[in-house]
Amino acid sequence: MIFAIGWFSGFAIPALIALILILGVSRDIPVFDAFVDGARDGLTTTVKILPVIIGILLGINILKESGALDMLVLLLKPVADFIGIPEEILPMALLRPVSGSASLAILNQQLKEYGPDSYIGRTISVMMGSTETIFYTVAVYYGAIGVKDSRYTLWVAMIAGLAGIISAIILCRLMP
Amino acid sequence: MVRHVLNYIWLGMILLGVLWGTITGRLDEVTQAVISSAEEGVSLCAVLLGIMCMWSGLMKIAERSGLITVITRFSKGLFSALFPEVSENRNAMGAILLCFSANFLGLGNAATPLGIKAMEELQKLNKKKDTATDSMILFMVINASCLQFIPTNVIALRSAAGSADPSGILPHIWISSSMSTLTALIFYYIFRALDKKRRLI
Repeated sequence: MIFAIGWFSGFAIPALIALILILGVSRDIPVFDAFVDGARDGLTTTVKILPVIIGILLGINILKESGALDMLVLLLKPVADFIGIPEEILPMALLRPVSGSASLAILNQQLKEYGPDSYIGRTISVMMGSTETIFYTVAVYYGAIGVKDSRYTLWVAMIAGLAGIISAIILCRLMP
Repeated sequence: MVRHVLNYIWLGMILLGVLWGTITGRLDEVTQAVISSAEEGVSLCAVLLGIMCMWSGLMKIAERSGLITVITRFSKGLFSALFPEVSENRNAMGAILLCFSANFLGLGNAATPLGIKAMEELQKLNKKKDTATDSMILFMVINASCLQFIPTNVIALRSAAGSADPSGILPHIWISSSMSTLTALIFYYIFRALDKKRRLI
């Protein structure tokens, strides 16, 4: 079973690429031209998010280098110990709901520090992939249409995010 | 108020850092952090640039060949059960489905404009313009619990860090996001029921 899943996940990306290309050719799409057009959009998007990433990194790095993040993690450690959450994942758990690029930066750094195939490395990868930047998304989406009262949105989103974190921790322990 | 939350969080991070740095005498490190952030931001974007271009290119092919429309058609039955109030409105339904498809395919930045489009369509059906409707909340929480098929940036960073099996965590991610989406659905119905009860009283 685990072997089959592993085989499928290794197969998923190449298969998806082949599927997209075959479907494109079957609909008479000039696939390479379309690819280049799209890839140009990727360039624009990356350039657009650069200022956001620098701004957020500024906040994180100041918080981290001043030792304030360690202090926050230390404050939360007893709570985390009590629930059974490894303390190394606390920075990710704290930042993930706030900013996608910030958590991406944390992921990048912690993968190098703990190793991408370690338990911590895998857990934070799963957390990154299975949870969303709740506050950012809520702010942008409701902000865009002028809704001021989001009612119970944040509660449900935060509970769901917590469920994602907990299942990431359990799954990485159960499935090697 | 909601719109400004991120501003406060950013401000809080920086002020707390500077304050704590002053107390613990680590202001030199803080200064160093300011400079290194700029460099780090650029190199992080350089890592992301390639995979972002590749994925956007493939998605353009998928978009032009109508793959996204096909996905929309297949999932229509399920989503009209979830959003009964908007199932009659084809524009709102289409925008919601496109946004979920883009999220599902891991197109974070392509999903944002689609998500905003979906919210605009939902806003047209809203009678109280400054308050979120149940459908908006459901759309937001499904979005925020992030059912994602291939998170390209996670895989890119894992292979950049030298992982022996960068995509080995995909099954974990699928199960974990399903758990979180399921939790979102359950608690959405609980909170909606509680909210209705409270309004009746």
